[in-house]
Amino acid sequence: MYAIETRGLTKRYKDVIAVDALELAVEQGELFSLLGVNGAGKTTTIKMLCCLARPTAGDALLMGRSILTDTGRVKEVIGMSPQETAVAPNLSVRENLALMCGVHGLDRETGRRKTGELLERFSLGPVEKKRAGKLSGGWQRRLSLAMALVSDPEVLFLDEPTLGLDVLARSELWDAIRALKGKTTIILTTHYMEEAEALSDRIGVMKDGKLLALDTAAELKAKTGTEKFEDAFIQIVKGAGK
Amino acid sequence: MKLLAFSGRTAKEILRDPLNLFFGLGFPLVLLFLLSAIQANVPVPMFEIGHLSPGVAVFGLAFLTLFAAQLIAKDRESALLQRLYTTPLTAVDFILGYLLPVLPMAVAQGIVCYAAALCLGLELNAGLLWGLLALLPVALFYVSLGLLCGSAMNVKAVGGVCGALLTNLSAWLSGIWFDVALVGGWFERLANVLPFIHAVELERAALAGDLAAALPHLWWVLGYAVVTAAGAVGLFLRQMRT
Repeated sequence: MYAIETRGLTKRYKDVIAVDALELAVEQGELFSLLGVNGAGKTTTIKMLCCLARPTAGDALLMGRSILTDTGRVKEVIGMSPQETAVAPNLSVRENLALMCGVHGLDRETGRRKTGELLERFSLGPVEKKRAGKLSGGWQRRLSLAMALVSDPEVLFLDEPTLGLDVLARSELWDAIRALKGKTTIILTTHYMEEAEALSDRIGVMKDGKLLALDTAAELKAKTGTEKFEDAFIQIVKGAGK
Repeated sequence: MKLLAFSGRTAKEILRDPLNLFFGLGFPLVLLFLLSAIQANVPVPMFEIGHLSPGVAVFGLAFLTLFAAQLIAKDRESALLQRLYTTPLTAVDFILGYLLPVLPMAVAQGIVCYAAALCLGLELNAGLLWGLLALLPVALFYVSLGLLCGSAMNVKAVGGVCGALLTNLSAWLSGIWFDVALVGGWFERLANVLPFIHAVELERAALAGDLAAALPHLWWVLGYAVVTAAGAVGLFLRQMRT
């Protein structure tokens, strides 16, 4: 069984087709990156897979569960870290994690254990009593990722997780993401080519709602005859415009 | 458990904002003491403590709209709601999670207001309990209005509409500070079809222990509360689906 399998997944907003009959299969435990310029359809794809937007046509199965007819059970297996930092600003770091434990229905004891575990895993201990709204961007992103992992999701969506972070904070977050590889299926969207290349098992390149290319970073470079992945990406996207 | 976690977070977010505490508790108390001081020097029946304190207790609840609307609008803007939509929380959990924690706050606000009024000479009798009970339908109206505005507007608009506009409407059209009959004409007719004056009259009658006089005003307030709550739920669900 694939972790994610889309079947003609389409989203149309009036005259604009944001995602156009997407056919995609992601293996369990794979780290899959979706790349594309602004408006390519990456975030809309993620929103549909997370049951935040209803497809205009087609369907997708997450761990065998349909996003159209089984949304409740889809939500049981997914975690999401949205593009913007989504934390409760007046709650402390520990309380934010406890909130996620609560809304996922974890009992008090399990929630306490899980919170402690995530504080340790993401080195959030030094700021656990600080209000989330007072943290720097890097700490907030780290907390945001930890919050997405509270329910031990089988499929994790990371929508531009390192946007706006400095080099050090980005490297730390990369380590955290790498540590999840193999255990959790991860769908990552990013504008940073080196991030996709460094982290992904496979990469999909989207433009105008269509999937233009799908392979490993090395294969995409080989196919386009380029040495740098960024050049490969540019060639794929520009090539589609000709 | 899920609802408890989410409503606990709502309560913490509101109570930890010092501005909320100032406007919810401090400002009404300042008005109560100030007008009682004027009353001591220039006696006016309007500002007698038994007449003034129920009005101030109701006026204080108008700020609940602002608190609730700001919280929801901020949650929408920060993508926290988006994250929470991907969890097993249901639509009912969301709506009750925003509404329920504010009701005990309304009662607590009423207790503080009447405790101050007792110090200023309000008679201690069973009417106080009726007065506190009568605050609940008024609070339901104001909080539902907050849910409605928070689902429809951004944070900036919420500040203008629920902060400036609503508190002014609640002040001018409620008969707290002056008798609207003295203005007469369209102003009095408008005041009588809006809920503000009925909320104050309901509270005054309840505090006086005159339940027969309270009843017609209760229907007005409940009618507005039910219609506003239905509108808020409808809008929130629509916004949740899109």
